[in-house]
Amino acid sequence: MVDEIKTFKVTIDNITIDVPVGTTVLNAARQIGGDVAPPAMCYYSKLQGSGGKCRTCLVEVAAGSTADPRPMPKLVASCRTTVMDGMVVKNITSEKVKDARAGVVEFLLLNHPLDCPICDQAGECHLQDLGYEHGKEGTRYEFPRRTFEKEDIGPYIQLHMTRCILCYRCTYVADQLTDKRVHGILDRGEHAEISTYISKAVDNEFSGNMIDVCPVGALTDKTFRFKNRVWFTKPVDAHRTCDTPGCCGNTTLWLRGEEVFRVTARKDEWGEVKSYDGKPGWICNTCRFDKKKTSDWTIEGVTKVNRHSVISQGKYEGLVMPKETVQEVMGGRAPKLLMNIHDESEVNDPKIQLSEINGPAHAENFKN
Amino acid sequence: MAKKLLLDKAHVPGIRSYEVYRKEGGYRSVEKAFRLTPAEIVEEVKLSGLRGRGGAGFPTGMKWSFLAKPEGVPRYLVCNADESEPGTFKDRYLMEFIPHLLIEGMIVASFALGSNVSYIYIRGEYAWIADILENAIDEAKQNGWVGKNILGTGFNFELYVQRGAGAYICGEETALIESLEGKRGNPRIKPPFPAVKGLWDCPTVVNNVETLAAVVPIINEGGEAYAKIGVGKSTGTKLISACGNINKPGIYEIDMTISVEDFIFSDEYCGGIPNGKRLKACIPGGSSVPILPANLLLTTAKGEKRMMNYESLSDGGFATGSMMGSGGFIVLDEDQCIVRNTMTLARFYHHESCGQCSPCREGTGWMERILKKIESGKGEMKDIDLLWDIQRKIEGNTICPLGDAAAWPVAAAIRHFRDEFEWHVQHPDKCLTENFGLRHYADPIHVAVTA
Repeated sequence: MVDEIKTFKVTIDNITIDVPVGTTVLNAARQIGGDVAPPAMCYYSKLQGSGGKCRTCLVEVAAGSTADPRPMPKLVASCRTTVMDGMVVKNITSEKVKDARAGVVEFLLLNHPLDCPICDQAGECHLQDLGYEHGKEGTRYEFPRRTFEKEDIGPYIQLHMTRCILCYRCTYVADQLTDKRVHGILDRGEHAEISTYISKAVDNEFSGNMIDVCPVGALTDKTFRFKNRVWFTKPVDAHRTCDTPGCCGNTTLWLRGEEVFRVTARKDEWGEVKSYDGKPGWICNTCRFDKKKTSDWTIEGVTKVNRHSVISQGKYEGLVMPKETVQEVMGGRAPKLLMNIHDESEVNDPKIQLSEINGPAHAENFKN
Repeated sequence: MAKKLLLDKAHVPGIRSYEVYRKEGGYRSVEKAFRLTPAEIVEEVKLSGLRGRGGAGFPTGMKWSFLAKPEGVPRYLVCNADESEPGTFKDRYLMEFIPHLLIEGMIVASFALGSNVSYIYIRGEYAWIADILENAIDEAKQNGWVGKNILGTGFNFELYVQRGAGAYICGEETALIESLEGKRGNPRIKPPFPAVKGLWDCPTVVNNVETLAAVVPIINEGGEAYAKIGVGKSTGTKLISACGNINKPGIYEIDMTISVEDFIFSDEYCGGIPNGKRLKACIPGGSSVPILPANLLLTTAKGEKRMMNYESLSDGGFATGSMMGSGGFIVLDEDQCIVRNTMTLARFYHHESCGQCSPCREGTGWMERILKKIESGKGEMKDIDLLWDIQRKIEGNTICPLGDAAAWPVAAAIRHFRDEFEWHVQHPDKCLTENFGLRHYADPIHVAVTA
């Protein structure tokens, strides 16, 4: 006989589902999916003990349980609150939650440099998504933003402390994936920073996973730095047989043409590393930083990217060009060329390659 | 003269030493407690109505009865001596002058809770008091009150003093436990509560120094007799650390039956305000509780006399009341500037925020900067509304109560002293050289007569 798994009924934004006992409100909402799932900046289901810090996933508990239907007095962090039988949760249906969340987004962006145009994380940044979906259009902060002294933490990982939102995910990675954590939080309050003590380099086969868990551009891949924008690269799923114990060998390669610009772990729809047989698919630094040739990999196919993501811009299989309608509209007649601009002006002559001009183009460059 | 339970022997010469303390009747409660069962002691504390003296005022007996008691898992009692609330210094006095009282209370409480190893977590700035406590523990050990098989009862008990490193946040019980475990003092996310998973993941009770000291008279006199002192749910006596613009600052033990007015102006207590100045405002329970203007301080919104006890001080909620808090009674006279005072408090909370959760980490600094701007005559009207909005978004949305503690003083200052803030904005030059003064803050409040 199969043991029946005990489940609890929970209602989130008027949608009721059954979830196993011990499930958090956030994970229950993720099972429903869509807008009902609260955003999470610090919680990471694969990292034990994470969550509770960023406060973006705050929800209102309108009824604690069937046994005790009193509402909870304060908004609770859904990532760290387990469901009770008959619990009623309000996320996007609660004005209180929306207000508090807008506040948290404003707080998170208060000291964030907003240097997205030069940040490698742009396009896959959770803070960008959060600000876009839950934030206000402007800030009310008028004081100088906090900055930190630049610190070098080794050859592979670039630390940009000014962009950090102190989610603590990278410290959990170091605790749970590597044998010894050499970085952590120094100082406190607004000046708390991720740092290695006396700039000791973070040197471990799994340290690269800190890049994958970082929700913002605070930890980025030095081998990819300033090389390309993520939306110009094409992600493909690939694998190789990796000897490193603990490395799953399943990755996403970020290509442009035949060139591998970046290797990351595969991510699920919540931006977390995918699991294989219940184990998180972390990858080792050899796979991530040293295998930068397509010949190192067996390519499985194009990575599925959410169509709302900027990464999915115009490079997908099944792409259909819009039908040319001019002839149809004109009753079968071809359009008449009234004037060819290149007959009149030599500027922007298509025979001249703009990329071969040294510096900005002048009219001089087009003179034959 | 009100009855004194904690400080009645405080002025006996040499009370700090074991011999004098014992001669004055010390450690009687331990002898008595060992004749009771642990459950009977908890019952006695419940009966006494003792409420936590650290600030939240949660019934101590209730807290003790929530302690999980799984088989084979040790339980711990931790004394919170990380007294860092600005305006509060009562625990310092207790530990510095009658250290044996705390040790005695801890032996009884540890016996009641079944804790064989207990800790006193003392703030690092109280370095010399930690030495006093350690000396006192040594004396107690030499005389058989601490150690193995105390008084032949088979109860083993060790008591350790742990020094903090100077962080306000470590007064929050879960941050204190983290710090005690040797980690960074970040508050934990609750649940689980310490009563289930506290120190080293074992059931733990964290109590304030004064709470544990109050256990001694409760056992000596009986819970029922203790409950008779005071009024309503404010039983027993409370230590008040009075400071600010008063003639006689210091520690006073009150039985919670006197009015705030008597407390400030009578010669037995604060002795009035120096230099003939008038009372403007008061923070009655330590820096985190809402500030009240003189009129609301002395009479409640209903027109009743405000008394020095838990219920009366919080009468009217946050709209027109405040809180007993930790008993840090800060009096401000007419020459004090509320904007400056609020800015000082905001600076404190900014400095002490642990930085773990976003609203407090970012919001406290933001509030301080805006207050600084207003205080230096560069403020705008919209800044006052902005401050209100920021505090509203911090309050209740953080992991630990430090966020609330940072938000409340700002909220109360704007709620009751908005015209002083506006005056600062409207008089950017004058506010640098002059004070707003008392104005109408002591005027009697119009109470609507019910038909």
